[in-house]
Amino acid sequence: MTPWLPFEWIAAIRFLREGRMQTMFIITGIAIGVGVIVFMSGLLSSLQTSLIKRVLTSQPQIQLLPPDQIARPLRGGRPGEIEDPTIQRPSQRVVSIDQWRKIRDHMLAMSEITNVSPTMAGSALAVRGDASRAITLSGVEPATYFNIVRVPDYITAGFARLASDDIIIGIELAKDLGAVVGDRLNVKAAAGVPVVLTITGLVDFGNKGANARIAYVALRTAQSLLGVTGGVTTIDMTVRDIYAADTIAQRIQAADRVQADSWIVTNAQLFTAIKAQGSSNLVIRVFVGLSVAFGIAAVLVVSVIQRSKDIGILRAMGASSGQVLRVFLLQGGLLGFVGSLVGSALGAGGLAIWHASVRAADGKEIFPLLFEPSLFVSTAALATLTGLLAATAPALRAARLDPVEAIRG
Amino acid sequence: MVKPAGAEQVLRLEKVCKAYNIGQPAEIEVLHDIDMTLDRGQFMALTGPSGSGKSTLLNLIGLLDRPTSGRLFIKGEETGRLGDTEITRLRAHTVGFIFQDHHLISAFTALENVMMPLLLDRGFPSAAAETRARDLLQRVGLAAVAGNLATNMSGGQQQRVAIARALAMNPDLVLADEPTGNLDTKSADGVFELMRDVNRDSGTTFLMVTHNLDLARRCDGIIDVVDGRIVG
Ligand SMILES: Nc1ncnc2c1ncn2[C@@H]1O[C@H](COP(=O)(O)OP(=O)(O)OP(=O)(O)O)[C@@H](O)[C@H]1O
Ligand SMILES: [Mg+2]
Repeated sequence: MTPWLPFEWIAAIRFLREGRMQTMFIITGIAIGVGVIVFMSGLLSSLQTSLIKRVLTSQPQIQLLPPDQIARPLRGGRPGEIEDPTIQRPSQRVVSIDQWRKIRDHMLAMSEITNVSPTMAGSALAVRGDASRAITLSGVEPATYFNIVRVPDYITAGFARLASDDIIIGIELAKDLGAVVGDRLNVKAAAGVPVVLTITGLVDFGNKGANARIAYVALRTAQSLLGVTGGVTTIDMTVRDIYAADTIAQRIQAADRVQADSWIVTNAQLFTAIKAQGSSNLVIRVFVGLSVAFGIAAVLVVSVIQRSKDIGILRAMGASSGQVLRVFLLQGGLLGFVGSLVGSALGAGGLAIWHASVRAADGKEIFPLLFEPSLFVSTAALATLTGLLAATAPALRAARLDPVEAIRG
Repeated sequence: MVKPAGAEQVLRLEKVCKAYNIGQPAEIEVLHDIDMTLDRGQFMALTGPSGSGKSTLLNLIGLLDRPTSGRLFIKGEETGRLGDTEITRLRAHTVGFIFQDHHLISAFTALENVMMPLLLDRGFPSAAAETRARDLLQRVGLAAVAGNLATNMSGGQQQRVAIARALAMNPDLVLADEPTGNLDTKSADGVFELMRDVNRDSGTTFLMVTHNLDLARRCDGIIDVVDGRIVG
């Protein structure tokens, strides 16, 4: 006998080992349940993380607009999908933010805000030879803007350079115009002066609609193109705590004469989707947990009946009812724990297989898989706890067994 | 009846009654005003017809059950006042049980079964407990099968292991409920002689329920129970 193990552990392990079939079956049952939970949760949290990361690196976390101008994110047909990574207002009414420099300095002074970048956005027409396309022009200061919308991360050809006669365009737009990096584009807007710009880079935001319209130029270039010299249409920002963005936005709106939209509000649909996924995942977890618990309880109830003679003789030999109680509680805990280890391996294996086999049309991964150790640790802890709880009723029954009755059989 | 003068009283029962289903229509008193004593070193037989209350009496003496009324003294201590925890401890340290169908725990080896009372008492296994268990197995002539599971031993061997186990805590009193009931004559004789040897060598007190009058006559005395009363 293992010298460092107390009686309760020795007996629990021996009883489980002796009831080999029952133990194997219930562990398999627990493992399947835990595997499903691990697989689902892993998939879901990976998906959500990559969605949020995409949103956070392709949109400002707070955007300031002229007051009373309601900006809405453009959306695709599918729910929760953001078609346009930046939020734009109609081009025909290019309205600059009043005293934007003052507001920007005010923003820079706020400790919760990490990056501030003024942007001039509007609609324009890009012409190359016979081809022309309507584009959504964003005039930005790359040094600050690229910290907010990580354009360089999404560059697929060329590089993220924006001198005064440079332009970065979406890959679909480039395809439509038959243009490649280094080509020149004529760009003109309703007001302002037309210019000839050189394509320095192509961006891919993973969204066809956005890729077909998006165009980045230097702030001054956009201002002269759109005929609003010295003006900006939005001030884009990032914040230290992304989940505080909405409260900060509300504070700014109350203090300054601007409209402040947080990424939380502009992506409300995404959050609703994430919440809905989260709650359905929780429901599934609870019911899988319940069925695992009842399975463990059923196996242990049978085991208590089968072992009532053993329990009786143990009591006759001086085992306390507490010792008997703990032997059966431990069996529940051990079943839950071992089952969760096997189940975690199953779930992780399932995730790996899913990740390897389910691919986007171009063969790239749909989203990166995150193996969070916390998921496995919390699942194991929860399964162990479930096992202990499930074992309570059978263990109490074992502990309360009258030794005389038990021995008589 | 051999009764050494001035011997220590291991057990005394005063007007012990036991009823079942108290307060219910099926209430039945199975033991009536039992008075009896056992002195240290005695080897007594408990006989009587089936259903007369022998096992019930043994369970009361072994502190597995409590009398409905009357007083039960173990080594002079009145047990009626003791709480469940104290009763369990007292039982572990003073009483050893041997049952008709041995009751070895099948998940453990012979050696581990013998160690079990020590393991339960200390909470952890120890080298000392293992040594003691080996000595006891040697004593009952089973050193060779120490590593066998209960299922891999003959009935006689299993009952010998049960005897070794009953002796593990060096109890004052061993209670045996038809220990030879399931054994053939030869094995029964062997098991009885083993208990008798232990009784002679170490002075352990024995109370053995038996239907075998030949074995009963070879004890120090016979306590005969009929319809819940001691008749002789
Ligand atoms: N839990 C119980 N409830 C009701 N009656 C019981 C209970 N246990 C025992 N009895 C009754 O008490 C009486 C004595 O039973 P006990 O088992 O002590 O007899 P015994 O002398 O050991 O018989 P045997 O020689 O057959 O083993 C019997 O009539 C039995 O039916
Ligand atoms: Mg009986």
